[in-house]
Amino acid sequence: MATAPERRRLWRFTRTERAVHWVHATAFLILFASGLCLYLPSLAEAVSRRPLLKAIHIYTAVGWAVALVAIVLAGDRRSLIRTAREIDRFDADDRAWLRSRAAPQGRLNAGQKLNAVVTAAFALLFAVTGFFLWYGERDTRFRLPNALLVHDWLMYVSFLLFMGHLFLAVIYPKTRHALNGITRGWVDEEWAVQHHPKWVEQVRDRRTSS
Amino acid sequence: MSSSEARPYGRRAFLGLMAGGLSSLLWAGPASRVLSPVTSGFSQLLGNLLPVGGWRIYTISGSMPLFDEASWRLEIDGLVRRPLALTYADLRALPRAEQVSNFHCVTGWSVANVRWGGVRFRDLLALVQPLPAAKAIRFVSLEDPYDDSLALGQALLPDVMLAYDMDGSPLSRPHGAPARVVIPEMYGYKGVKWLTRMELVDRQPTGYWEGLGYDQNAWVGRSNGYSA
Repeated sequence: MATAPERRRLWRFTRTERAVHWVHATAFLILFASGLCLYLPSLAEAVSRRPLLKAIHIYTAVGWAVALVAIVLAGDRRSLIRTAREIDRFDADDRAWLRSRAAPQGRLNAGQKLNAVVTAAFALLFAVTGFFLWYGERDTRFRLPNALLVHDWLMYVSFLLFMGHLFLAVIYPKTRHALNGITRGWVDEEWAVQHHPKWVEQVRDRRTSS
Repeated sequence: MSSSEARPYGRRAFLGLMAGGLSSLLWAGPASRVLSPVTSGFSQLLGNLLPVGGWRIYTISGSMPLFDEASWRLEIDGLVRRPLALTYADLRALPRAEQVSNFHCVTGWSVANVRWGGVRFRDLLALVQPLPAAKAIRFVSLEDPYDDSLALGQALLPDVMLAYDMDGSPLSRPHGAPARVVIPEMYGYKGVKWLTRMELVDRQPTGYWEGLGYDQNAWVGRSNGYSA
């Protein structure tokens, strides 16, 4: 092969992992846009078709849940379980990284792990509060006065997290190569050595042992 | 290597967020009231940058009614001696009332200190002279099929009005142009927007949301499952 060793590619995310990411991202964007039209008076006036937007919002949420279940059933479950375990575990370097941003990191750094945890928890909380908003309109016994408030707060925090995520993934020169990992699955080994040296080490160990 | 000292912070953070988020269904309301000096400053700042202002606009049909001054009429009929149809200019020529009141939605949000300008129902009813049998007013919106009603005694409470101005300018389209019912003691679904007809009736009919299980007497804090 003609590829120089320093331009070697490392596979970072399986197709199943990428599918989970993009289903979630697409659903988030549609839900955010349709939700804003339900939330902001000026957008509500411009778009004006509330029942349609409500339907888009609700069916996107249903579609999101169905798609995730389908991916888990049909996809590479082992890679999902492995990733979930990785996200769960914070070793001494991860904890040091959270304090100083200066400890060697594995395939996912501690910030990415936290982001994944928050995203998953928020998705569930959005779904629970959204269910009460939707069903409470049909049956007033399910109308929780705070559900709307919590749904709003989740939206504000998610939006800030999303902007940060977008900045690191698309704009910030040092980290934006990571986008390649979540679109095409691989990253340059050279880049990975800088940002995820413990992961590169693991991959090299596996290469030599196999 | 450090994998032996790995700690399950991921699941702890997840469970902590879930516990905090789910329990906030109980404490979010009180917390937001405690924080309101801070958050209202924030939402005011946000309101200057973005068109937020704490309101959200609920409609039930495919499009928001559009007010056309030339063709709009407010019909007042039913159990009255002199049914009539007011033009927008007629409505604005009636004795003007002003008030600052809070607005509460049954879904849990509120907007404080809304400045309303409009007409008291006493002055509107004096024009049409209700018959003794009239006990309630049915309010019909241009947004079909939205309607709701108030007992006469409720419509005549001192801070109840038919508003055509809000916060110093004519009522905007999302807020029910050209006129909406304002009754601060009750949740917002009683305040029919895009008003086009007031029908005097002998019994309160079932309004749009009331047909879906909401209370006819929508007192703030004392109806729809809320208790004082």
